[in-house]
Amino acid sequence: MTTTTPSYVGSALDRVEGLDKVTGRARYAAEHSPRDLAYAVPVQATVARGEIRSVDVDAVLKYPGVIAAIWYGNAPRLAPADDAELAVLQSRRVAYRGQYVAVVVAETLQGAREAAGLVRVEYAVEPHDVELRADHPGLYRPDHVNPAFPTDTEQGDPDAALAAAPIVLEATYSTPAEHNNPMEPHATVAVWDGDGLTLHDSTQGAPAVRDTVASLFGMPPANVRVISPHVGGGFGSKGAPHPHVILAALAAKQTGRPVKLTVTRQQMFAVTGYRTPTIQRVRLGADTDGRLTAIVHEAFEQSSTIREFAEQTTVPTRMMYAAPGRRTSHRLVRLDVPTPAWMRAPGETPGMFALESAMDELAIACGLDPVELRIRNEPEIDPESGLPFSSRNLVACLREGARRFGWAGRDPAPRIRRRGRLLVGTGVAASTYPVYRSPSRASARAEPDGRFTVRIAATDIGTGARTVLTQIAADALRTSADRVRVEIGDSALPTASLAGGSMGTASWGTAVVRACEALREELDRRGGDPAGGVEADADTTEEINGQRRLARHAFGAQFAEVGVDADTGETRVLRLLGVFAAGRIVNPKTARSQFVGGMTMGLSMALLEESVMDREFGDYLNHDFAQYHIAACADVRDVEAFWIEEDDPHLNPMGSKGIGEIGIVGTAAAVANAVHHATGVRIRDLPIRLDKLVG
Amino acid sequence: MRPFVYRRATDARAAVAALEEQPNAMYLGGGTNLVDLMRLGVASPEALVDVTRIAPDTVEETPDGGLLIGAGVRNSDLAAHPTVRRRYPMLAEAVLSGASGQIRNMATVGGNLLQRTRCSYFQDVSKPCNKRRPGSGCPAVEGDHRNLAIIGHSPACVATHPSDMAVALAALGAGVRVEGRRGAHRVAMPGLHRLPGDEPDRDTVLDPGDLITAVELPALPAAARSRYRKVRDRASFAFAVVSVAAALEVADGTVRDCRIAFGGIAHVPWRAELAEEALRGAPATAAEFARAADTELARARPLRENGFKVPLARNVLVRTLTELVETP
Repeated sequence: MTTTTPSYVGSALDRVEGLDKVTGRARYAAEHSPRDLAYAVPVQATVARGEIRSVDVDAVLKYPGVIAAIWYGNAPRLAPADDAELAVLQSRRVAYRGQYVAVVVAETLQGAREAAGLVRVEYAVEPHDVELRADHPGLYRPDHVNPAFPTDTEQGDPDAALAAAPIVLEATYSTPAEHNNPMEPHATVAVWDGDGLTLHDSTQGAPAVRDTVASLFGMPPANVRVISPHVGGGFGSKGAPHPHVILAALAAKQTGRPVKLTVTRQQMFAVTGYRTPTIQRVRLGADTDGRLTAIVHEAFEQSSTIREFAEQTTVPTRMMYAAPGRRTSHRLVRLDVPTPAWMRAPGETPGMFALESAMDELAIACGLDPVELRIRNEPEIDPESGLPFSSRNLVACLREGARRFGWAGRDPAPRIRRRGRLLVGTGVAASTYPVYRSPSRASARAEPDGRFTVRIAATDIGTGARTVLTQIAADALRTSADRVRVEIGDSALPTASLAGGSMGTASWGTAVVRACEALREELDRRGGDPAGGVEADADTTEEINGQRRLARHAFGAQFAEVGVDADTGETRVLRLLGVFAAGRIVNPKTARSQFVGGMTMGLSMALLEESVMDREFGDYLNHDFAQYHIAACADVRDVEAFWIEEDDPHLNPMGSKGIGEIGIVGTAAAVANAVHHATGVRIRDLPIRLDKLVG
Repeated sequence: MRPFVYRRATDARAAVAALEEQPNAMYLGGGTNLVDLMRLGVASPEALVDVTRIAPDTVEETPDGGLLIGAGVRNSDLAAHPTVRRRYPMLAEAVLSGASGQIRNMATVGGNLLQRTRCSYFQDVSKPCNKRRPGSGCPAVEGDHRNLAIIGHSPACVATHPSDMAVALAALGAGVRVEGRRGAHRVAMPGLHRLPGDEPDRDTVLDPGDLITAVELPALPAAARSRYRKVRDRASFAFAVVSVAAALEVADGTVRDCRIAFGGIAHVPWRAELAEEALRGAPATAAEFARAADTELARARPLRENGFKVPLARNVLVRTLTELVETP
């Protein structure tokens, strides 16, 4: 083997599956149509709380082409589920409007849709409660917040520090429910073959789906295979299986036919998770020179009655800034609503909107530049855990961002810059996201023809995972990228962590590097001869569990320039610039897309996205793209992402941090801070729509 | 979607006859709204009579100096038409501000006039709606109505008309040519669309089976100085929160003629006749524009959550008229 091959890690390799995608060869879950396929269309509850009295399917069964109508009365029994959402058709109870109460299977999709509309469900309706309030009597303290953080933390004496502080900022911020809307809606094709089940599923983690489905159907995981080579986005909504996956498998089992179940965009607003609305109270105490003496951050959020999901909203506040007195808390109320779940940077995204808005307000109260305020409160070590940071380059991001954005000489006075009828302002916010790594397995094989095959049950949800794993493997094997074939997206491959928590590349990459290293050793032992094929495996469980305890986080700084129409309150983001410190960037091309995509989603959160709860009926009312507004091209004018060189030896063999989520964190606060600078109006509840600014 | 019969009409009379034969049939233009409604279960015609081949797709000058626009003209073609752009710029701007490029390529003038409200309750068949199911109730009055009507609404319905094009046509005083069971007739705009009253299921004054064949634009020199300003949450591909179509003719600092209509605030494209009357003969100043807007909007009865539309409509009107004065 030669040692002069180029380093692929760090290079802008084109997506290895790019041609497959643009030519339509890449097959997504719903594009699989096995022989004898039938179509399943769910029936959703039309009440927010109650019990099913009766289900009448007589008309349905007479409808031409209908194969089956399944409801709790005739559905196969499932094993008890950890996640009660997945106990589909197992009970008469209705926990939220839109919950699946039946499914119709027919020869055609159109027939199944029409027949599903003929299912008559009678309910014993009970009064529902769907409104999150900070004074809700049902608020309680969950045992932990997602995934396993302490619910509350306290250090020093924050109340005394607040009482003694010459400058105190106290404000309440709120964020609405928001829905993940990946390009490809969720879909599952389920095929039973005797005791074996194959699922073509749009998922962020095939092994996780396999394990969950196997457990519910009471079978060994080895009998389930989940295939997901191409996934059109997920943002967390495909991180864990939602009820439709179980419903598809159940319908296929009951009918003995392969079944395709595609979740419509409208249905997604009830059954595939969403970001909880939050109400957040922030109190900051500071000296006159802007040094924080107290940080208190309390969050109120919701979950459903059937499953607890407690978003970790105030967790980033625990490590963001230095202050001797500190307290964070989370309170949850279980409402008659769909269950919230992960949405891009859960916790960090709404939490940092509040904290970074409050920091902007504090900077104004202290008469300090908001960049300088943040620099003054930079901690030496992680303030709560006391652990050293593996690397922390927030200050570098702030300074580099300020330089590139043209922050110097900014006049802090609000509402004085005009461009025609536009009020123009600028704002800044910091962002952070933890660095996670999960145990994974991988195999690497030297083929007789001199090529290599690397296998791992990783998922590419459009991020470029397949491409960066190819780069990582090529470097580890000291060969060229075009000689490496990476197989992912299949639970039959060596098991791997899911594509979530911005930990995919770090987790899978570590396993791939170790497998490739083992293969090289084996090949060296054999004098480099791959005759007949040589294979080596790796399992990173020990390595990852044995890693040194350090505070590992990525950081970033977002700068926004906005224009607000003085007559109409219409707000448009004129410029958005982010600088990130995320370790070594494995592929500048795919990384830039990740950062820019995250920032765009943050812009969308700042100005547009809101799932409107219909109090009377208890569902999210605006359940399509005409009503639930996501930023369109015309809203996204000028978004730039940069990164600083960061050499952190305490991460993984690539020296990388995750980048999938940090782009969204902080962006909404930067936009809101810019809106204040432009107009003098502080918007503390998102989204910043024109009705809050027109006057 | 229910199974349905699809037919292509050979001429307007045949199309009308086809609907007479099969009362539960509907005309199909570009399908950009109807097909959505069929998918949602809001509309379930037994037959679709495709009229895109028979409705004229031409824009012609009329002897009196106006324009005759075929009902089958695609929105993108209408917006791009040189005469429309020169003589009725507000109409071109209104059409261009609507929907997306792909939808404008499909949507027809006739269909655009008849598109139905985007009220969330109307579009969700699992909920009551007096417009969809008369007598079932209107949850929007107490529910989510941020983007619904502030003027001309009734306790039975607070929906808004979604079309941008119709707002410009109402301001221009267009005429709509209709072929129907009673033969050909003409409906003046405004006047095509109805306020909800206690019959919100009827969007227009058209009778069942009536087919729009063309739209007449009058010769209106004032329209050469006109503008359509649409305010919306998203920079594109969103319905108006409030929009204004305005034409202004000023001589010696005095308003000689003006045409004003609002979108996004009522069940119909709202022709602001009180504001027009207040302005004719008045000085063309921002103060007079504001007074005219207030005169019109004094009739507004906003709901719990859409009171902001009153100052918004006022601001947009004042701004639009001011820009028409200031623009050389």
